[in-house]
Amino acid sequence: MRGNCEAHELIAPGSLAGVLELLAGAPGEWTSIAGGTEIMVAHAAGRMREKKLVSLWGLDELRFIENSGDSIAIGAGTTFRDLRAHAGVAKGAPLLAKAATWIGSIANQSRATIGGNLVNGSPAADSSPALLVYEAEVELISVLGKRRIAYSEFHTGYKRNAMAANELMFAVHIPLRFAEHKQYLRKVGTRRAMAISKVALAGTALMEAGVVSEIRLAAASLAPFPARLYATEAALFGRTLSEAAIREARETLMEEAKPIDDIRSTADYRRQVAANLLGEFLHELLPVEARP
Amino acid sequence: MSERPAMISFTVNGEKRAVEAPGMKRLLDVLREDLHLTGTKEGCGEGECGSCSVRMNGELVNSCLVPVLQAEGAEIETVEGLGRAEGLHPIQKAFLECGGAQCGICTPGMLMATAQLLAVNPHPTIGEIREGLAGNLCRCTGFKRIFDSVAAAVCDMDGTAKTGGAHAG
Repeated sequence: MRGNCEAHELIAPGSLAGVLELLAGAPGEWTSIAGGTEIMVAHAAGRMREKKLVSLWGLDELRFIENSGDSIAIGAGTTFRDLRAHAGVAKGAPLLAKAATWIGSIANQSRATIGGNLVNGSPAADSSPALLVYEAEVELISVLGKRRIAYSEFHTGYKRNAMAANELMFAVHIPLRFAEHKQYLRKVGTRRAMAISKVALAGTALMEAGVVSEIRLAAASLAPFPARLYATEAALFGRTLSEAAIREARETLMEEAKPIDDIRSTADYRRQVAANLLGEFLHELLPVEARP
Repeated sequence: MSERPAMISFTVNGEKRAVEAPGMKRLLDVLREDLHLTGTKEGCGEGECGSCSVRMNGELVNSCLVPVLQAEGAEIETVEGLGRAEGLHPIQKAFLECGGAQCGICTPGMLMATAQLLAVNPHPTIGEIREGLAGNLCRCTGFKRIFDSVAAAVCDMDGTAKTGGAHAG
């Protein structure tokens, strides 16, 4: 059944302070809508229950990209078009710049925001694996002030997050300490473009004389929310990388992953593809002469 | 529950317009029903097919996913603003001449996506043409003639008949 536009109230206070006051005055009553690429689809399908919506679109206070030298701050209202077009993001967070090119079509990228992508909390969210392997932080804001938490602690369950009812996402902070790391991100969907992930895997790693001295791995669609793969990281950390080590890491990943069967893929396929992606990344870390 | 309509003002194809509409009404419906600009089509109604593509503040958007309240103060450009029958835009001329349109439902969206692409990238490669139009689905032409049309429009708008330019296929 198609949604009825008259059954929903949408207001635009026009300033961040105005939105925060509204949320503080009636916590839990208002749902924020940024570019609408998720909410308007639910609305069209007649499956949007939220009656009261507050618009974040056009709030300049949420749309910025700032480089502070040791990190990049990205306003939650920054669109994926903004991210794609920004030289500092391409240089400092290339995996995020890459993910931004995958998010739907140009028309979707013009409207979809990084804050919307994270708050929506899809297990398949395109920007999440990159943010996880960069150890990004998210900054939340309410009338009481701002607070920062690790992005890896933001999602608390399927479509659940650590934000209080009076809070909005304000910004994402990406540390710039990964320039020397090998970086990897690959998404596997039904088609090369314009398709939601069946599975996506990201990694950052530092090698010292063939030994894995740092490694961070994260995936989309292997759990109820995008998450780091800590057990697989632990299986690799401090080890001399070899075919045997790669084999063992793949096995650990197959155990650690908790994918589901759904409309887009099967748990078995996702587990297998994730292991293949991990293998691809780890082979890139091997010295050239040791590659198969 | 029925929400009171709001007065919303924006510019469409250079003309200032004001409509009274519920804030959640889709820009697509406001264009077609309130302003009678029926060139913009509805395909899927969920942001997948691009039939309803218009330009808003210099960016391509799916008008089915824009609640009209978010268009307050915006500059909107629809296919009606691109050209007229007596004075086609080079993009429209190229689609006509290269067979880039068949049933026509996707065409206004294709034209607007092309206008957006060429506004930011006047000399796209074939890969960039494909990416620029990736959000616009056509079930008639098989896309080749559409990409050919865009390439032809690029040459025409350049004013030079390039031989080494973009080739589709």
